[in-house]
Amino acid sequence: MSALIAAATPTTTWYLVLAAVLFGIGTVGVLVRRNPLVMFMCIELMLNAVNLSFVALAKRLGDIGGQTTVFFVMVVAAAEVVVGLGIIVSIMRKRPGANVDDISALKG
Amino acid sequence: MELVVFVFAAAMILVGGLGVVLRSHPVHAALSLILTLFGVAVIFVSQEAHFLAAVQVIVYAGAIVVLFLFVIMLLGVDRTEDIKTEPFKVQRPLAIIVGLGVIGLVTAAVITSRDVVATRGAGIAEPAMTDPDSNIRQLSRSVFGDYVVAFEVTSVLLVVAVVGTVLLTRKVKPASKESQ
Amino acid sequence: MLDLIWLIPALPLAGFILILLFGRLLGEPKSGILAASMVGASFAVTVAVFFELLSKTTEERHHVVTAFSWVPIGSLNVDLAFLADPLSITMALFVTGIGSLIHLYAIGYMHGDPKFSKFFLYLNLFVFSMLMLVMGENLLVTFLGWEGVGTCSYFLISFWHTRESAATAGKKAFVTNRVGDWGVMMAMFLAFGATGTLSYAGINHAAESGALSAVTATGIAMMLFIGACGKSAQLPLYIWLPDAMEGPTPVSALIHAATMVTAGVFVMTRINPVLAISYDWVPTIIAVVGVATALFAATIAVAQTDIKKVLAYSTVSQLGFMFLAIGSGAYVAAIFHMVTHAFFKALLFLGSGSVIHGMHHEQDMRKMGALRVLMPVTAFTFIIGWLAIAGVPPFAGFWSKDEILLFAFAKSPILYVVGLITALLTAYYMTRQVIMVFFGEARWNDHSEENGAHGDFKPHESPKVMLAPLVVLAGLSIVGGAMQLPFSKNTHFLEKWLEPVIEFGEADIHKSWAYENKYILLGIAIVVALSGIAASYMVYSKKKFAAIEPNVMAQGWFYDKGISNFMGGPGRKAFDGITWADRTIIDGAVNGVGKLVQGAGGFLRKGQTGAVRSYAAAVGLGVVALLVWFFVRGVVL
Repeated sequence: MSALIAAATPTTTWYLVLAAVLFGIGTVGVLVRRNPLVMFMCIELMLNAVNLSFVALAKRLGDIGGQTTVFFVMVVAAAEVVVGLGIIVSIMRKRPGANVDDISALKG
Repeated sequence: MELVVFVFAAAMILVGGLGVVLRSHPVHAALSLILTLFGVAVIFVSQEAHFLAAVQVIVYAGAIVVLFLFVIMLLGVDRTEDIKTEPFKVQRPLAIIVGLGVIGLVTAAVITSRDVVATRGAGIAEPAMTDPDSNIRQLSRSVFGDYVVAFEVTSVLLVVAVVGTVLLTRKVKPASKESQ
Repeated sequence: MLDLIWLIPALPLAGFILILLFGRLLGEPKSGILAASMVGASFAVTVAVFFELLSKTTEERHHVVTAFSWVPIGSLNVDLAFLADPLSITMALFVTGIGSLIHLYAIGYMHGDPKFSKFFLYLNLFVFSMLMLVMGENLLVTFLGWEGVGTCSYFLISFWHTRESAATAGKKAFVTNRVGDWGVMMAMFLAFGATGTLSYAGINHAAESGALSAVTATGIAMMLFIGACGKSAQLPLYIWLPDAMEGPTPVSALIHAATMVTAGVFVMTRINPVLAISYDWVPTIIAVVGVATALFAATIAVAQTDIKKVLAYSTVSQLGFMFLAIGSGAYVAAIFHMVTHAFFKALLFLGSGSVIHGMHHEQDMRKMGALRVLMPVTAFTFIIGWLAIAGVPPFAGFWSKDEILLFAFAKSPILYVVGLITALLTAYYMTRQVIMVFFGEARWNDHSEENGAHGDFKPHESPKVMLAPLVVLAGLSIVGGAMQLPFSKNTHFLEKWLEPVIEFGEADIHKSWAYENKYILLGIAIVVALSGIAASYMVYSKKKFAAIEPNVMAQGWFYDKGISNFMGGPGRKAFDGITWADRTIIDGAVNGVGKLVQGAGGFLRKGQTGAVRSYAAAVGLGVVALLVWFFVRGVVL
């Protein structure tokens, strides 16, 4: 058993699969949760999954550009969180019981 | 060795991810998010992305999640979401389909193409004893070299984000009726 | 003068417009005199044109005057044009001639009627339409006239529209004619489709030169025949003519004896080349329908008690003879009989009108009798008309009827025999009418209170303005036969005159047994006519035998009733069914499409939940779909 464990080295594929799973979890979370903040956190999960895959591939391909991309993703994610939370605050401020389903003004 | 690290980090990531999705209390979800972010940081380190690992912990776990927690507190901590009920009956099955679809398809794509990924580009430097910051040097050369315009634009982006958010969340004062 | 042939229809039209504008001002009798003089002037022009045509050679007798280009649409180029050729001028002559006589008569007949001017308004419009019909250079102008006479017939039949039977009769005439009009329209479509033109010259030329196929010619001929059946009251569309007697007697004389009902015969004669090149069974059908109608109507006339109804069925019967002639290829005989029939039938109708007038609007023959003493001129002229229609030589009807029977025998002896039986019946019922009205005992004495007479009711002779046309028509009935005497080629005036029009279609019977023995057939016809008169004399005057007037014949073999019952019963059910189908299926389909769109919209609307999560779910599904697509393309394929 330990020989097996010692023999198996995680390849890039493993990391990418892990990133895919994390991405899937994040997607499910966005669709299922109703609290806007939790939905946002699930979006962050998705972003992290992407970062993970970028970094893994950067290592595999030997290209620093992958890590640069992750750098920029993090910057943009930060800005996005700021704006998004600002919007959530301004909408949900007046409503107690924050629930995304209540914002249905576009119902046709 | 790498396997152990991978398994450990993967466990942290998955447990944290599931926690974000499944915990009804938003604070618990935020804490699960931190767990995930740490796991990701660990993997960053194992993939020779030391700077990014540091930035992940500082910016993501340190600033962004804290910001989340601020807003959670602002909007009411006690309110747990009612996980049991779902007003759109079709939503959960759809979510499962989408989730499984994404996971399955991407995994399948990744596995079938694992031999096609080729090597190219300037390699990623291993940290040498003489220069423990070689990764950061390489990364900075890339950011400030090839991608300097993007770098400048992101600075503008950050300013815009801040100003925009301030504008969005401003409470409009009613016009004063006092005669001057 | 030939260039002024447009005056012939234009004068009655001018009369119509003048009376329309000033009729009420003119009043009685000026509006009548105006109308009559307009038609009279038209007659004068026609006579002048006739003489001018006579002066030309046979080939030149074909003059077209175009008023204006009427329908210039793409390949369809129809002009409002008039054609002066022997056939059209012959028709115009007796339409305007008899028309002016009847106008004159009507001035006396309609005396005292509150709608006097309106009557002449319609009469002039009718003459205009009829002239458009006969003088038209193409089928469309003829059709204009065709519809026009149908409309005027409706107006004039229901002239006393406050009487419900009159209004109904007018509607019946119009609707029945309409059924026939469908045939004419189909014929026009076929003709245009096959030859690219609607003018008679074009169509007949196509037929003569072989450009028209036998199938198309059959179609055109049969469709026009259907139209002719409607307009000329043949089986099965004759039902309107007896009811049309509700109109004033001048109307019956003009429209339903002399002119409108001959339009069908005229049109068939016009397209005789087309008929000649159609399949052989087409003329046979025409002849059979004609002779069957003749016999059928004659049997009904035997049992009628209304003085005008006898004449109405007689008209149907005589028109049947004309179609028999057309079916046998005897176009000259058909036109000949048309002209002589116009003379004596108009005479008979006007005479009956005079009787009705004198009997204070009593029309039942059983209440008449012994009128020849009190109405001598009427009786004398009526008797002349009777002799003409019965086929007694030397009066006009004998020559024309004999010519038709000659050609009928040449086509088929069976047709001849049926025609002969009909001639016998014609003599029989006309004698019956004369005896019942003018001879025998005076039966009107018993019913004087019914007629609303004050004091002693005595029928009186009609005023001179009504008697003069009678005398003129009587004269024409006597000498009219001279147009086409069968004795030798030199006396075939009408045939020579009409030759350019009918030469292609006229049947050649010179080699037939009938022609060789025509004098024998002549003799048989005389014997038949005289025996018919004798039999009727025996029954009605001498009362030696009982009168055979079974109810089934009086009711017209229940044909009319049968149609009414059918239309009212199963017919109505069928129409209700069609209405239901239209409402439910067609409207339902149209509304259903609308409802379908509404439903689909409503269904799709459910997707607009306004909730972020459902939109996110949609996005997610799209992503999965894309991934599947790329996966399949990249990996599987």
